Amino acid sequence: MRRQGLKPPGAFVRLSEAYRQQPSRWGPLLTTVIILCLVSFIHWAGGHLNPYQVRILNLIGINIGLGLSLNLINGFTGQFCLGHAGFMAVGAYTATLLMMPPAVKQMNFFMVPLVAPLRQVELPFLAALLLGGLLSALMGVFIGAPVLRLRGDYLAIATLGFSEIIRIVITNIRSVTNGALGLKGIPAYTDLWWSWGFALLTLVVVSRLIHSSYGLAFKAIREDEIAAEAMGVGLFRHKMLAFTLGAFIAGVGGGFLASLLTTIDPNMFRFTLTFEILLIVVLGGMGSITGTVIAATIVTVLKEVLRGVEAPMDLGFVSLPGIPGMRMVIFSLLLIVVVLFYREGIMGRRELSWGRVLGTRDKTPDRGADT
Amino acid sequence: MSLLHLQGVGKKFNGLTAVSDFNLSMESGELVGLIGPNGAGKTTVFNLITGVHKPTEGRIVFKGEDITGLRPDLITRRGIARTFQNIRLFSKLTALENVLVANHLRLRSSPVEAVIRLGRYRSEEREMIGYSRSLLEAVGLAHVAGEQAGSLPYGQQRRLEIARALATRPSLLLLDEPAAGMNPVEAQELMDFIRQIRQEFDLTILLIEHHMRVVMGICERILVLDYGVTIAQGSPADIQKDQNVISAYLGVETDA
Ligand SMILES: Nc1ncnc2c1ncn2[C@@H]1O[C@H](COP(=O)(O)OP(=O)(O)O)[C@@H](O)[C@H]1O
Ligand SMILES: [Mg+2]
Repeated sequence: MRRQGLKPPGAFVRLSEAYRQQPSRWGPLLTTVIILCLVSFIHWAGGHLNPYQVRILNLIGINIGLGLSLNLINGFTGQFCLGHAGFMAVGAYTATLLMMPPAVKQMNFFMVPLVAPLRQVELPFLAALLLGGLLSALMGVFIGAPVLRLRGDYLAIATLGFSEIIRIVITNIRSVTNGALGLKGIPAYTDLWWSWGFALLTLVVVSRLIHSSYGLAFKAIREDEIAAEAMGVGLFRHKMLAFTLGAFIAGVGGGFLASLLTTIDPNMFRFTLTFEILLIVVLGGMGSITGTVIAATIVTVLKEVLRGVEAPMDLGFVSLPGIPGMRMVIFSLLLIVVVLFYREGIMGRRELSWGRVLGTRDKTPDRGADT
Repeated sequence: MSLLHLQGVGKKFNGLTAVSDFNLSMESGELVGLIGPNGAGKTTVFNLITGVHKPTEGRIVFKGEDITGLRPDLITRRGIARTFQNIRLFSKLTALENVLVANHLRLRSSPVEAVIRLGRYRSEEREMIGYSRSLLEAVGLAHVAGEQAGSLPYGQQRRLEIARALATRPSLLLLDEPAAGMNPVEAQELMDFIRQIRQEFDLTILLIEHHMRVVMGICERILVLDYGVTIAQGSPADIQKDQNVISAYLGVETDA
């Protein structure tokens, strides 16, 4: 057997130790402070904000999780996926059917009865969410397995098609989904603890994965597939990992959304839903976690603020009828402007880190991929 | 038993024969040169060995095992690493990260362990970072570890690509025109460097060069390709005397 790898001579070992980045001493403390602030804010908000404001905060939390899951696939791994609405639909319907009390189910399914096995089921929220996420991930495996083996942009087309097929299937299997009538009276479990817990957990998982050796492999695939493969990175395996994890998170997010809105129907999961999340990712910066968090907030608030433009307007001398879909036009224009003039988005691939905030960041970061 | 054995390997691209009946046996520790004019099929030979293209004919055996048509990442795992004629670094990643990626194939921790940052993952990561830094040190790039690979000067990018290939811990290293675009002094330095890493890392090296003079001093054995056909092979001295080579190759030699 020949030598396996160079034994770093003594000098190298010490040098490599010297290069290791000193993590900012204040980092963990500041993180704890931020989390405590968030916790006390949520605690305070529950009693002081009106339901409308709470609802927007909930949407922000859910959209952060959804945006991060799409950024994992599109921004970090460079696989252009357009199927998030489909994954969310799978998660939303699965979670809803599993957590809805039997009595409410009976009221919903007055045209065509619900299939027997689901009629009596009533699971706790968390279990329903996780099963929704798992089914969504399974769908991810079914689409990913054939498509992720191909090079190029087939994934965009395939996931877009999948998303539409899911919606049509949901419209048609009335004995499971209640078809176009949708489902009403979904238990409103989603509160700020759940939605922001979802956002925070997704943030931690995605950011840790991205900053691990696996994340580096994702980025290598994004940069150059041929070189990544030549360096021993299995393309299919890693794309599949990012894709199914993204699909899982999207499915869970769908479940949260269903429980927040308390009604779902197939039309909710049109391409415009994917588009909104894509807007968050592009606006924030493909490949920036911080950017996604900021953009999720902006887009969610903007969507509410712009509600006005779709309502009829009375300007005193002339009254304009409401233009439904006007918000989409504005969002589309925004996306075009970002892509044309500001391609990096808000953050590009940069991140906000404590080192950066405090100005103590090492010049040679160990894993500072996003610097 | 030879380390690498190519037997009657051929490749056609839609009727165009890029390489035909290519035979090569390399012993452990050898440094072999592969030369020939532009378009002769040299890079194609590399792409066949590393699995980027599947041969239309013939067999490739590495360490006694048939690797013909195997996936590129699996071939790399078995101990063949390469550089590219047109540098293919991950240009938006730092120099250190470029080398780190090439350690990933040895990672044993699962993604879940990596997210939870369990002890095993942490120690694997520490080892990867330490090894990558020592490689950067070995190729003289330690001072630019944190720089974006794409922003490095050309010569450093070439070295970084070699360091990245070394991080996969290969036994066979394939270098595709590493001296391209360098002046004679830089090219000579690079050849010294290649000789040095061969020694230090116990490598077997197959080296493509467009300019014959560069390889003459460093290779024990040279193969000459022209239009996909091996027109000569032997020691540098033999090659220089070979009538076929002189007419087919030296006629177009444009070494500065
Ligand atoms: N992927 C490919 N598809 C089609 N033709 C190719 C491909 N790769 C190489 N060739 C052709 O094969 C021949 C040999 O190319 P190459 O191996 O790159 O030559 P060299 O490296 O010796 O300059 C050329 O005629 C080239 O056009
Ligand atoms: Mg070539």
